[in-house]
Amino acid sequence: MERKIILENIEIEGIRSLEVYRENGGYKSIEKALKTMTPDEVVNEVKTSGLRGRGGAGFPTGMKWSFIDKKSGNPRYLVCNADESEPGTFKDRYLLQHIPHRLIEGMICAAYALGANTAYIYVRGEFKTIIGILNEALKETYKAGLLGKNIHGSGYDLDIYVHTGAGAYICGEETALLESLEGKRGNPRLKPPFPAIKGLYGCPTVVNNVETLANIGWIVNNGGETYSKIGIGRSTGTKLISACGNINNPGVYEIELGLPVEEFIYSDKYCGGVKGGKELKAVIPGGSSVPILPKNLMLKTAEGQPRLMSYESLSEGGFITGSMLGSGGFIVYDEDACIVRNTYNFSRFYHHESCGQCSPCREGTSWMESVLYRIENGEGKMKDIDLLVSIASKIEGNTICPLGDAAAWPVGAAIRHFRSEFEFHIQNPEIVKNIKHGKLPLTPKGE
Amino acid sequence: MSEKLFKHKLYVKKNSDVSFTPETLEKIQTIISHYPEGRQKSALIPILHIAQEEFGGSLNVDIMDYVAGLLNITPIEVYEVATFYSQFYIDPVGKYVIEVCQTGPCAICGGEDIMHYLEEKLQIKVGETTEDKLFSLKGVECLGACGSAPVMQVNTEFHEFLDIKKIDEIIAKLRSESEFKKPEELTWKERLS
Repeated sequence: MERKIILENIEIEGIRSLEVYRENGGYKSIEKALKTMTPDEVVNEVKTSGLRGRGGAGFPTGMKWSFIDKKSGNPRYLVCNADESEPGTFKDRYLLQHIPHRLIEGMICAAYALGANTAYIYVRGEFKTIIGILNEALKETYKAGLLGKNIHGSGYDLDIYVHTGAGAYICGEETALLESLEGKRGNPRLKPPFPAIKGLYGCPTVVNNVETLANIGWIVNNGGETYSKIGIGRSTGTKLISACGNINNPGVYEIELGLPVEEFIYSDKYCGGVKGGKELKAVIPGGSSVPILPKNLMLKTAEGQPRLMSYESLSEGGFITGSMLGSGGFIVYDEDACIVRNTYNFSRFYHHESCGQCSPCREGTSWMESVLYRIENGEGKMKDIDLLVSIASKIEGNTICPLGDAAAWPVGAAIRHFRSEFEFHIQNPEIVKNIKHGKLPLTPKGE
Repeated sequence: MSEKLFKHKLYVKKNSDVSFTPETLEKIQTIISHYPEGRQKSALIPILHIAQEEFGGSLNVDIMDYVAGLLNITPIEVYEVATFYSQFYIDPVGKYVIEVCQTGPCAICGGEDIMHYLEEKLQIKVGETTEDKLFSLKGVECLGACGSAPVMQVNTEFHEFLDIKKIDEIIAKLRSESEFKKPEELTWKERLS
């Protein structure tokens, strides 16, 4: 049976409105949490559920919540990270567009558990439609008395506001997001202190991804124990996977963690196989930051076990033969994809998005882009490959935030698994220079 | 780089009168009220969005100084934010800013072709504005809509599953909507509509 938690009832017409959402069981968790549970009991349910952060890092959510400083006497904040910018990831946009109340419900429970009276949803500036939808949804929620002062007569007050970003990938990193929310450049902060101690305005803060918070209502309703039985091992629950690239059915799918990768790629229920009947070449399973894997390692681990969609299975073999679940941005490449060009593309992305605070990342991403550009354009030298590996290794682990690692990993992995393609580019400059990239005819069809 | 800095619009102050309408100022007060007292700087990015929309699509030093005054912060605090985020333009732009996603997933689904086609169609290169000041063409990084690649946004409206036919339609529609007015001939209300 297909298990739906986050996208449950999404097919119902008008589910975006509060009325329809409530008719279908929405906001029941608020009553339960606020009237029958203490904040700590909510935290404990989430701990029991084994829910892990869905933004990419996979850190246990209940544990993150339990770190919040309750003794400081300062106000506490809950911040929802809706700055979805990881290439290949578009799940949060889908969720917010279709069922925004799922997030608001989860946020009310979460804010109650944390003892926060103010919460912000940080949405990337490009999602103007989503911002409109969220504001509309919040307005309805206030009107119904589910937000504001004395929610449901419980004595608990909560305000939720939407805050807009303005186009910066780095603001998806939680401390950069907080800086941005304070009206500054998105430069990540040194940790510690962690946001749970000193976050927004120096007050205890929890930053959670949209999808993480969207699970909370279900967990409160059904209990952490029930949630923990869904999924596989320490990968509990379901995960939204946004599938894109050269596949037949790009889109957002909610899967129970533990689904075999092979089924996900080839089943008509999900990706529907590679577009145009072509051969699968490689997959990036968790957004552009995680290592790319060739077909054989994607479908089976190095030990020959079937690879599953779970935090553990995808990272089996470390970075030598494995990858990561990350944010669930599943990018599929067919046999015609050029790995060098793709790696160059992502390097340009990370160079553009580096905030420039740490030298290894600021300079390193720029050099990786330049070196990859010359290889891709038939002007590379053999020693460039080792140069790239060397630059990547010197960025990794030497920066304040994980953007440096995220820039280094794809380059390292591409060379590890597709070194021959890089060598081919260098050895055959004439062929490389004459390749026409692109898939669409430049003049309209029929002319 | 040095030449670009020298020409940077931050150094050109026109001392023209910049001010929001009373309705907008009210809207801005509401935004400021979302943040704790003394943390009004948090409203900076949302207000810069409004300013850019109302004052012709880009920011200049007069606008930024005005916003600094509104929020009671120093002008440099506004400049550093305006130059950090890619959605804020310091250089003047056309009425319609076309931003094509050029990151990985879009690129493998034809995003590069879309860009080349637009360059050909509008007769400008990436980063330039057409002579009639109607279109600016830019490349952006991931717009978070990879499942409907290739994607671009015109001002803030998303256009997905692009192909050449769609591009032709979009450009034709924008051209007819604009009635061939130049941005400076439009009132800000017309620009918004």
